[in-house]
Amino acid sequence: MSKDKGKGSEKDIGSHKLFDKRVKQLKMSDDSLIGLYRTMCTVRHFEYMADKLYAAGKVHGTMHLSAGQEAVAAGISLAVQPDDYLINHHRGHGHFIAKGADINLMMAEFLGKDAGYNHGRGGSMHIADFQSNNLGANGIVGGGIPQAVGVGLALKMQKRKEICVCIFGDGAANEGVFHEAMNMVALWKLPVLYICENNKYGMSMDVDRAVAKLPIAQRADAYGIPWACVDGNDVVEVYDAMKTAVEHIRSGKGPYFVEAITYRYFGHSKSDRNLYRPKEEIEDWKQNRDPIMRFTKHLLQSEIIDEGQAQEINAQAEQVIIKAVEFAEASPEPDVSTLMEYVYA
Amino acid sequence: MPEITYLEAIRQALWQEMKRDERVFLLGEDIGRYGGAFGLTHGMLDEFGEERVLETPISEATIVATAIGAALLGMRPVAELMFMDFVLLSLDQLANQAAKMHFMFGGRATVPMVVRMPGGSGSGAASQHSQSLESVLMQFPGLIVINPSTPYDAKGLMLSAIRNPNPVCFVEHKVLYKMKGEVPEGDYTIPIGVAEIKRPGRDITVVANNVMVIKALNVAEKLSKEGIEVEVVDPRTMLPLDTETILQSVARTGRLLVVHEACQTGGWAGEVIASVVGSPIFDYIDAPVRRLGGKDIPIPYNRILEKAAVPQEADIEQEIRASVEGRI
Ligand SMILES: Cc1ncc(C[n+]2csc(CCOP(=O)(O)OP(=O)(O)O)c2C)c(N)n1
Ligand SMILES: [Mg+2]
Repeated sequence: MSKDKGKGSEKDIGSHKLFDKRVKQLKMSDDSLIGLYRTMCTVRHFEYMADKLYAAGKVHGTMHLSAGQEAVAAGISLAVQPDDYLINHHRGHGHFIAKGADINLMMAEFLGKDAGYNHGRGGSMHIADFQSNNLGANGIVGGGIPQAVGVGLALKMQKRKEICVCIFGDGAANEGVFHEAMNMVALWKLPVLYICENNKYGMSMDVDRAVAKLPIAQRADAYGIPWACVDGNDVVEVYDAMKTAVEHIRSGKGPYFVEAITYRYFGHSKSDRNLYRPKEEIEDWKQNRDPIMRFTKHLLQSEIIDEGQAQEINAQAEQVIIKAVEFAEASPEPDVSTLMEYVYA
Repeated sequence: MPEITYLEAIRQALWQEMKRDERVFLLGEDIGRYGGAFGLTHGMLDEFGEERVLETPISEATIVATAIGAALLGMRPVAELMFMDFVLLSLDQLANQAAKMHFMFGGRATVPMVVRMPGGSGSGAASQHSQSLESVLMQFPGLIVINPSTPYDAKGLMLSAIRNPNPVCFVEHKVLYKMKGEVPEGDYTIPIGVAEIKRPGRDITVVANNVMVIKALNVAEKLSKEGIEVEVVDPRTMLPLDTETILQSVARTGRLLVVHEACQTGGWAGEVIASVVGSPIFDYIDAPVRRLGGKDIPIPYNRILEKAAVPQEADIEQEIRASVEGRI
């Protein structure tokens, strides 16, 4: 049931044969593959734009960027249904975009504008869209993990077919509620897909120093939850694992746990000088393991798209982000007279 | 005397006390190579090594609990919670455990530990990273709650906190970290539970804590030019609260305004005011007592709303004027 590929056997990286085999096995259409590529490009542009806006002094608050981790977000989104629920963590832009969030409203929220998803109250760390069953990001590490128990419980009580996807980082797995929640979702066989996005660091703490036994996903064994640990920079591998997990959950067998090994390019948040990880390590991930670069190579080699189309899709994605910034910048700030809105006690 | 920042003053206290007392050690998230989220423990890992600068997983409840366990065996842990908001994840250990032990065990146990936590708004960190929870912590007899407003106080109070045999919540304010002030290089302590009159004045007493002390002093300076003399009292320790100093001040000025960033409802201003109006000092009060707390809302992300959510200098000025000019 469980597999541990997260460490990514080096020869697999870039193996086109494996890619082709998987795509066939999974019966992935060209359209869905191109969709994944588009999603990843959009996320990448959003994150680089966010960084640029921050550097230009246009962002007052904090942010956590997911450049480098796009394959996880994209792979999940293809395996789930649009009405499945999402509980996200602070590094959430990618997952929201992949779930189909309105990028204009995300960008407006990022800039604290009234038109934003949270009317400027939440910012990057709290984006949510309840209309699309996106239950929001969280500023408290691990804060969403036990809430997934309740969402799963309600889905079960209401006899619904949707599932709850709950995403968190390697660092979050060390909060006590992680264990309480694992036990309860397993006990009650709830429709919850836990996804641990292991980007090797929780802020400056590398996962080897923070977790007594790796992979993190093996902790699921203690609760009888099936698990997998996958190469999170291989979008097809991510999709493969998520598809298996989602089928398991939807068939009523209870929760599933997937750990995806990936890497973030930017610092943890705005004030990070990356002193805790070697430059060579960052460069290695960027040069040799970049999820978009790897995927593009496969798409070209399989002639699903050509170079020109790849560039065009990428340029379109960039335009979406540029438009979103225009929208956000043109939007008004919330009026001070609305300060006490949404406060009932 | 050298001028250093509030942040540097706390770091200096930790550094010097670790040199002086080998039982003192630090624990918390990202306090090693990273130097802490705000850089306060910068360089301490290199100086004191991994055995005394312990980086922990993200596990706030157990960070505080570890400090308790070690303190019970005579160590002097200083734990860092990256943001004050996260004290809520460790509150069982602090409030139900650490705070109660000395009493519950009939005086036979002591828990000499410090938990540092930066609170407050002003950095755009939104609702879950900007709270001022000192009033909450004051609800637990057995927890000492310290809340310095200047670099000088921060160092002296930190040294007292570590040497105190009981659990201390050391509440810092992130906006103060960069503020500079004179701090002696050597060893000195400031007694816990003793307020300080930061500026004497005959017309009105303003009691304020942490960043509000600085704001109140700025306003006092401005009003002084108009002949309104504001006395600014800084409790420095929230629990035990030095009501005596406050009472004496109000007896002299006849007017009282209490200012804090923490939400107004249930905030400690109510406690101060109750102590004053319930005491014989009541006879000396010339005007309705006033309080100015943070708005009763979660701190918003947007910078305009964020500012509007907590008292600003203009608000303090308005309150003072209303009091001295006899407006209700
Ligand atoms: C309860 C709590 N503790 C600490 C923090 C500060 N903090 C924010 S993100 C973070 C690291 C989280 O690491 P991980 O879960 O691996 O997610 P990543 O940032 O790597 O995506 C820390 C320590 C917080 N926001 N909440
Ligand atoms: Mg991480």
